[in-house]
Amino acid sequence: MKNWPLWEVFIRSKNGLEHRHCGSLHASDATMALENARDVYTRRMEGVSIWVVPSSQITASNPELNGETFEPAMDKAYRHPTFYELPDELKHM
Amino acid sequence: MSEKEIKSLEEIFEAKIARDEKIEPKDWMPEKYRQTHIRQISQHAHSEIVGMLPEGNWITRAPSLKRKVALLAKIQDEAGHGLYLYSACETLGVSRDELYEQLHSGKAKYSSIFNYPTLTWADMGAIGWLVDGAAIINQVPLCATSYGPYARAMVRVCKEESFHQRQGFQIMMTLAEGTPEQKEMAQDALNRWWFPALMMLGPTDDASVHTEQSMKWKLKRKTNDELRQQFVDQTVPQAEMIGLTIPDPNLKWNPETKHYEFSELDWEEFWQVVKGHGPCNKMRLDARRNAWNNGEWVRNAAMAYAEKQENKEVKQAI
Repeated sequence: MKNWPLWEVFIRSKNGLEHRHCGSLHASDATMALENARDVYTRRMEGVSIWVVPSSQITASNPELNGETFEPAMDKAYRHPTFYELPDELKHM
Repeated sequence: MSEKEIKSLEEIFEAKIARDEKIEPKDWMPEKYRQTHIRQISQHAHSEIVGMLPEGNWITRAPSLKRKVALLAKIQDEAGHGLYLYSACETLGVSRDELYEQLHSGKAKYSSIFNYPTLTWADMGAIGWLVDGAAIINQVPLCATSYGPYARAMVRVCKEESFHQRQGFQIMMTLAEGTPEQKEMAQDALNRWWFPALMMLGPTDDASVHTEQSMKWKLKRKTNDELRQQFVDQTVPQAEMIGLTIPDPNLKWNPETKHYEFSELDWEEFWQVVKGHGPCNKMRLDARRNAWNNGEWVRNAAMAYAEKQENKEVKQAI
């Protein structure tokens, strides 16, 4: 018989905040994954909303390619407001 | 990969750890780092799960509803802690089934302390106070360990663990303030759990084979002897506060070192228990194996149901 698949659990701690990844668990289906996530990850009022996603559905970037993936942003300082030097007298900008 | 390439990857890896950067599951890591982490994290997970058994013994006999719900909540937390840790371990490329198999076959170890019996209600107090107390001392430094998923699991565990210790100490305190028989029961539990709790922090530094490498990888941030000393120093005044006596005739405060001195521990007993000859090793492993084997049909039924539902949805979609 097949093993229970792995699910990733995301919790919204309160309305106004985003769901954040908090861990994973095994469950036979989505309903059980939600119920188990409730029992494991929200026993002390840690959440008001839960998402569960089959781990197999996540595509992740490859850390070995971190250089070409993320480093180009490093030489684009002009995307930050501090790149633009303006007179100190200028207000509200 | 050539040997030279591996060597340079290893250097980058060691430098990352030296800078206190975290290692995440998909990052390159030396095979030995992976194996050591699988061993330690799974051992930790097994300890949480087996640790539920000695306490489970008292759920139906808790002296009041208040004590019963607290004990149930504590045991449920331990199941949760086991789950966080198994999940962290699985990110290293080992499956949950393999991990269970290692526990059930006796290949993997769990904390030796759970091979001692829980004879009276006061043992629930002593376990919370001493065993969870020692566990916290061990676990707090692990929140800063180098492997990201393990560190995150430990942060969560530590947040929850403090309730365990406080509820245990309160049980001891209440018994110690009670009738002479109740106080005697608390003292008896302390007598039986004190030395096993000290040994739970692991073999002495000179006998610990993994310490050096583990310190380098920040998998361990303090040595076993340092942790043990910290535990003794903080626990002795707590015992005095509730009028219980630490069962060690050689215990004495050294005003120069500002630490307590204590007896040499019975390491022969420790290794006997680790090797499977403790009072309850067989009972604990049998309980785990039975739970797993007798639950097989439930796991299969749940999976069969899930597949059936999925097929239904597909049919409806057509």
